[in-house]
Amino acid sequence: MNAHQIVARRALRQQADRIFKWFFVAAIGLAILALIILLGDIIEQGARHLRWDFIISDTSRFWQKAGILSPLIGSLYVILLTAAFALPIGVGTAVYLEFYAPDHWVTRVLQTNIANLAGVPSIIYGLFGLAVFVRLLAFDRSILSAALTMALLILPVVIVSTQEAIKAVPPALSHAAYALGATRWQVISTVVLPASAGGILTGVILAVSRALGETAPLITVGAWAFTTYLPKSILDGFTVLPVQIYFWSSMPQDGFRQIAATAIIVLLIVLLVMNGFAIWLRNKYQKKAEW
Amino acid sequence: MAMAQRMPEQQAATSVFRLEGVNLYYGSHRALKDVTMEIGARMVTAIIGPSGCGKSTLLRSLNRMTDLVPGTRVTGSITYEGRNIYAADVDPMEVRYRIGMVFQKPNPFPKTVYDNVAFGPRINGYSGSLDELVERSLRRAALWDEVKDRLKQSALALSGGQQQRLCIARALAVNPDVILLDEPCSALDPISTAKVEDLMVELKKDYTIILVTHNMQQAARVADVTAYFLNGELVEMGDTRLIFATPRDKRTEDYLTGRFG
Amino acid sequence: MAAAPQTRQNVREKMIHGVLFACGMVSVLTTVGIVLSFLSETVSFFSEISLWQFLTENEWTPMFEPAHYGIGALASGTFLIAAGAALVAVPLGRASAIYLSEYAPDRLRRVIKPVLELLAGIPTVVYGYFALTFITPLLKRFIPDLDVFNALSAFIAVGIMITPMISSLSEDAMLAVPRSLREGAYALGATRMEVAIRVVLPAAFSGVISSIILAISRAVGETMIVALAAGSTPKLTLNPLQSIQTMTGFIAQVSQGDLEYGSLGYQAIFAVGMSLFLITLLMNLAARWLTSRFREAER
Repeated sequence: MNAHQIVARRALRQQADRIFKWFFVAAIGLAILALIILLGDIIEQGARHLRWDFIISDTSRFWQKAGILSPLIGSLYVILLTAAFALPIGVGTAVYLEFYAPDHWVTRVLQTNIANLAGVPSIIYGLFGLAVFVRLLAFDRSILSAALTMALLILPVVIVSTQEAIKAVPPALSHAAYALGATRWQVISTVVLPASAGGILTGVILAVSRALGETAPLITVGAWAFTTYLPKSILDGFTVLPVQIYFWSSMPQDGFRQIAATAIIVLLIVLLVMNGFAIWLRNKYQKKAEW
Repeated sequence: MAMAQRMPEQQAATSVFRLEGVNLYYGSHRALKDVTMEIGARMVTAIIGPSGCGKSTLLRSLNRMTDLVPGTRVTGSITYEGRNIYAADVDPMEVRYRIGMVFQKPNPFPKTVYDNVAFGPRINGYSGSLDELVERSLRRAALWDEVKDRLKQSALALSGGQQQRLCIARALAVNPDVILLDEPCSALDPISTAKVEDLMVELKKDYTIILVTHNMQQAARVADVTAYFLNGELVEMGDTRLIFATPRDKRTEDYLTGRFG
Repeated sequence: MAAAPQTRQNVREKMIHGVLFACGMVSVLTTVGIVLSFLSETVSFFSEISLWQFLTENEWTPMFEPAHYGIGALASGTFLIAAGAALVAVPLGRASAIYLSEYAPDRLRRVIKPVLELLAGIPTVVYGYFALTFITPLLKRFIPDLDVFNALSAFIAVGIMITPMISSLSEDAMLAVPRSLREGAYALGATRMEVAIRVVLPAAFSGVISSIILAISRAVGETMIVALAAGSTPKLTLNPLQSIQTMTGFIAQVSQGDLEYGSLGYQAIFAVGMSLFLITLLMNLAARWLTSRFREAER
């Protein structure tokens, strides 16, 4: 090879290396910039209306008087009930898969099925909820239907994160318990679950926070656009915060668009707090596990 | 500290590498201590010693592969053909291009045999006939006959010994002056090992070969010059037969007679 | 005396086993339930509208007279959004992945990754709002022909939303490529970019492609962004400046109104939902098959 050609080309390659490096940095910069612009725009639009009144007022036809009390309460009920359904079933499934399921192709089908369900679009769950909970089981457009639908939606996430948390418990612990004559369930309930509780809780909180931001399945299952009363039972009609944001955003008046932004700010703050709590929990739990 | 160096006659003519007072630090850990040595052209120099003695580190410092580990610092001078390869104006890319390396575990790219050998020339903008170059390199690595009908097959389908010779061919394709081999046979079976050893003896006619090995017998078989390292220090270096027959340093003798390591 | 507590324990163990098994069955029942419930409505739908009509008519106007039921109009909307989002997210995501896995020092990576995760965690309704109230007016300044509802703003927002998915999954795939391959390339005198693009990326190819497929499948199933920003007029078009409707958008729109159970409109959303389900299922299976093939090749 001609030495001169090599040297010349090498300079070119080094330049290319430098250019590409900046290109890659720019890509990340762009993504981060998008995030900043998004948040900035929303804060700019909605911060001025953020008052205590806003949080405790009901919706209204007049945007100046409208508040998010009803959607907030609705969201609260829905996610509490969702967690109540998803936690036991999710943990139960994970425990079954990790401790009871035989090494059989059926188990693998089960595992694959869960992975598939994780990728199903949320609106499909909404339709399912509509067909089965709202109509077939006649729960109608209620908090119960919504919670059952959302529980199914986040179930795969809860199962997988619980499995991870269980796997992180050193087998030596279970062996010690077995050696003392404990039955399988005793080992699980007295050793494994307490040891993995932190990880499980983190997973559930993250899953539920996802459910908090979901809109499409709740629209399909029948969240109201406009409610002025607070739900009194789980069979009552309801609305949730993201749905309220959606409806306000679609209204023509500029004022509603602005308070939609305000509601978004509230939603983001709640999500931030929940996620932050979950991550703090995970870190605290991980530190404890360093023995 | 004077190093015992007894060079065979052909050495005096040309030395390819000259190290003077070289210290290498990984962070605060001193991996090489005041190493001063000369490596001669067109011969096989073997670097032996127990694990952790710094022989791999020494090898990698010769083509600046140590740069890839963050926090590495080198003091002293390492000159290759008279130029300090750690000078500020030296491009590590060029150093690596002129000094080829073969690793302990064969690491062919998950591409075809042909593309593996052609990789180096291609990125360097080789404008001649790639087919010729690939064939030449594979012949030089004593692999051509075995793969000439499988050039377009995946390199991962070759046996371990063949993969290692492919890596040698790949290194040869960019026409280096020096080839560094880091325990090239430790992952191979005895027959492949023998083939690679024969190859090294053959290649030294045209290239300078520097070999790191934990197998003393291998050094005894193929090397013209052997250097013994212990704890990052060069203990003794010289004509292989002399080192093995009459080691000057007691530490060398202890290692060679198997008293430790 | 020793037997009694033993059998009671056995009975309890068996009961617990049963309960846990039932939990496992919930996920199976969900899938079965989805398929069955959709299927029954879809079958009713196709008893009125022929499959041929469904697939070949190019208008979707179920609420008008005369009603047309060609899925093509909705599918083209979905395709437009997915393709556009891919156009945005694939280069951004892959470039971010390459930077994070090959260039970024460890400390920087630990800061940037959570920031990207943040992008992924923002609720889609917020993205929809952003697309409607910020992106569209901004674009309208440069493209005066832009409709108020249009596919372009929507797919830009969807693209931003799925970028972290591609970035993080591709990065995992690239980090899984063994160091020895990189060293081999460096030892031949390659630059960092050459190592990244010519060695690592091809070696991680299946993983990267799989991440892209998963991200596109997410874009296909996306509802709120398109419902807010893309419009509700199904059209067989590839023009991103116009208002369109996607399959998901249609389902969201119709389910807001008063649904006559058993009506053709009710069945239509399940027919569309079935198509959506099948498409995303196929894409997810393909993505996972690719990852498993990738893991096999890495030995």
